[in-house]
Amino acid sequence: MQKRLKEKALELLSNCTVTRVLGWKTGEFFYDLTPAVFETAEEVEKEFVYSGFSGANLSKYLIQESRKQGKVAVFLKPCDSYSFQQLLKEHRILRENVYVVGISCNGLLDMEKIRAQGCEGVTAVTEDGDTLTVDTLYGTTKLSRNDCLLERCAVCKSKKIVAFDELIGEQGEELESNRFDRVAELEAMTPEERFAFWREELSRCIRCNACRNVCPACSCEKCVFDNEKSGVRNKAIADSFEENLFHIIRAFHVAGRCTDCGECSRVCPQNIPLHLLNRKFIKDINEFYGVYQAGADMDTKSPLTDFTLDDCEPSIVHERGGVQG
Amino acid sequence: MKRIAVENLQSLFAAVSAKKQLYIPADDSAGQAKFTLWSEGTVLTEKLNTVRSAKDLFFPQVENLVNFKVSSKKIEILENRDSSEPFVVFGVRACDCRSFDILDTVFLSDPVDTYYQSRRENGLVITLACNRPAETCFCGVFGIDASDPAGDVTCWMDKAYLYWRANTERGQELTKSLSVLEDCDESSVDAIREASKQILQKLPLNDLDLTDFRENKLLDVFNDSAWGELSESCLGCGTCTFVCPTCQCYDVQDFDNGREVRRFRCWDSCMYSDFTMMAHGTNRPTQKERFRQRFMHKLVYYPNNNNGVFGCVGCGRCLQKCPIHMNIVKVTKKLKEGMV
Amino acid sequence: MSVTENFKPTIVAFCCNWCSYAGADLSGTNRLQYPANVKIIRIPCSCRLNPMFVLRAFQKGADGVILCGCHPGDCHYTTGNYYARRRMTLLFSLLDFMGIERGRTRVEWVSAAEGAKFAATMNEFTETIMKLGPNRRLEDLRCRKD
Repeated sequence: MQKRLKEKALELLSNCTVTRVLGWKTGEFFYDLTPAVFETAEEVEKEFVYSGFSGANLSKYLIQESRKQGKVAVFLKPCDSYSFQQLLKEHRILRENVYVVGISCNGLLDMEKIRAQGCEGVTAVTEDGDTLTVDTLYGTTKLSRNDCLLERCAVCKSKKIVAFDELIGEQGEELESNRFDRVAELEAMTPEERFAFWREELSRCIRCNACRNVCPACSCEKCVFDNEKSGVRNKAIADSFEENLFHIIRAFHVAGRCTDCGECSRVCPQNIPLHLLNRKFIKDINEFYGVYQAGADMDTKSPLTDFTLDDCEPSIVHERGGVQG
Repeated sequence: MKRIAVENLQSLFAAVSAKKQLYIPADDSAGQAKFTLWSEGTVLTEKLNTVRSAKDLFFPQVENLVNFKVSSKKIEILENRDSSEPFVVFGVRACDCRSFDILDTVFLSDPVDTYYQSRRENGLVITLACNRPAETCFCGVFGIDASDPAGDVTCWMDKAYLYWRANTERGQELTKSLSVLEDCDESSVDAIREASKQILQKLPLNDLDLTDFRENKLLDVFNDSAWGELSESCLGCGTCTFVCPTCQCYDVQDFDNGREVRRFRCWDSCMYSDFTMMAHGTNRPTQKERFRQRFMHKLVYYPNNNNGVFGCVGCGRCLQKCPIHMNIVKVTKKLKEGMV
Repeated sequence: MSVTENFKPTIVAFCCNWCSYAGADLSGTNRLQYPANVKIIRIPCSCRLNPMFVLRAFQKGADGVILCGCHPGDCHYTTGNYYARRRMTLLFSLLDFMGIERGRTRVEWVSAAEGAKFAATMNEFTETIMKLGPNRRLEDLRCRKD
């Protein structure tokens, strides 16, 4: 796959289709890839990498990149293409300046999960079908590939690439996903248990803003939490209320626009399952207003900028099953 | 030198905890290590290091400074310091221990930061030598020996025993009061140290060479053309800053609840757009300048002002946690290309 | 949760300028009684209610937050309350998901002619909050009064 991507990047640069290519750049190790813009064939030859660790969703960078001079090529995995299309829908990306190469995907790896399975000092990971061979400073281990997938890949919702100019690999289908299972589990708990769960999770937050800054749906020029005139600006959590406030507003602001790309949870240094908040909104939207997938097309109205005359009343929250709080 | 069998660790923790508050690195609900107040049942983590550094205990992310009460034309000033009681922190790694020296230089030189000072005076540091360093470790580059860390007390651990050596007066005082420890020979830890050195020698980042930054090349580095490329995919989040054991910038903010104003300080990050915001605006308008500030501070400004000591201890946290994997190692290597 | 005898809940009622605020007025001129701890904040339309307002009301000491707007179909701006309805449904559902008591949030449609409904709603809502006790799960300790 890496070879085909590299060849494509070189071809697009050499035939002047684009002036720049957005991809993943090699690091110190095998896993620490950085999103980068490649301008020359030499850079691509030397530094372009596509591997199981190319998890970073490149679509958000296009907000800036598509506004620069010349056309930029970008490699988008299926879930990235949803983010891309959602951004197009919101007029955040200038489509005519972007050349999208869609790439098929069989799930990406999570270094945190590999480490969590007891691998310390990892020096190499080789993929062989369903098995990963992990070389460390202290010996070699074999792990099941499925146990090392990013959360979003373990419950992949779609292999379909929804926006592209050309494809590398096969076009896929939307999948039956069990991604709402964990949300349903939480819903079945008592309010006390849910409260305790979220206090435990959110109390780890260090307010680094990585979840917000990486999110393709979070593209405000100035965030309310950075704006000193908003009254809610804060740089650190001074009270547990601020943890709740930040995470509720972050999730709410992207409700109906979040494509469930999973970047928020991928980048969280404290491994907070932030995607659960977003998924709760998606699940509710699906149940209340009909199934909706952000970024799936260019025309359907977002559920929060739309309504019907006979929408359910907010009291539905009280009427639904579960223990009353 | 003293020792205690590993299966009796809990009784050691109980004995220390009976005297002072004890923090040990333990796994949190996400399975990552965190300095946790010890109570019956808190188990020492198997992880190499904590996500948040030991800095948190001396320079917490949020700290009350003072309260104000305003009534008509009178302003009353109310003392509102977070109480700092004597505490012991166990399991600090060599890198984090060195970071205290860097923080001390900043906070304990004139004018002394009394908030930090009281915690430093109250805190007793027990370090733990590293047996299994990670691929991201590079403390050796800064002359730190992870097989023999500093601190009030140094500990080593193998499968059978925890070895204990008091280094300072305070450490000796604590040692004397702990009857659970038994005497043993100084040479007991030689084998552990040797094994750990073998691995430390093999670490992939050992070849990082920072000598060029020691020479006064401030403007050359500052004006290097590589900064644009290095910072182009930076998200502008504060992860690197907040997991860093040596980052020490903070912001002072007020919280008004309608009756009282609480003035507190909290960590700030040079990666944020409102860092050092002034009346005229900010002097670092794009992410490039903000990104550059972080690395200039660690690699150039700090050593220039402090006898060549770098503002980094090689703990590797930013290497593991940066969402886009841009870090001080990559920056250093790239900048060195421009120095030849 | 033991409710202290002298617990006086603070209720924040966000009222739309065109219907509910006038409804509150009417209940006043009709001398209908509703608890004095209901603090009314007038907003131009129910859809002006930013979720942040709800959360900040809790932060600053509210024990319950209620939104009153025109009945669906009667919005002064034609459709505002339809959007508000979706937003509040999702917000309340998320708060519930995070373990915040469901009874603390409510939406009621009150027209300018429904002074009696306004008073009854406020009495009923205050009753609910009295039962729930003080807001502890979504409070800011720095704002606590005692």
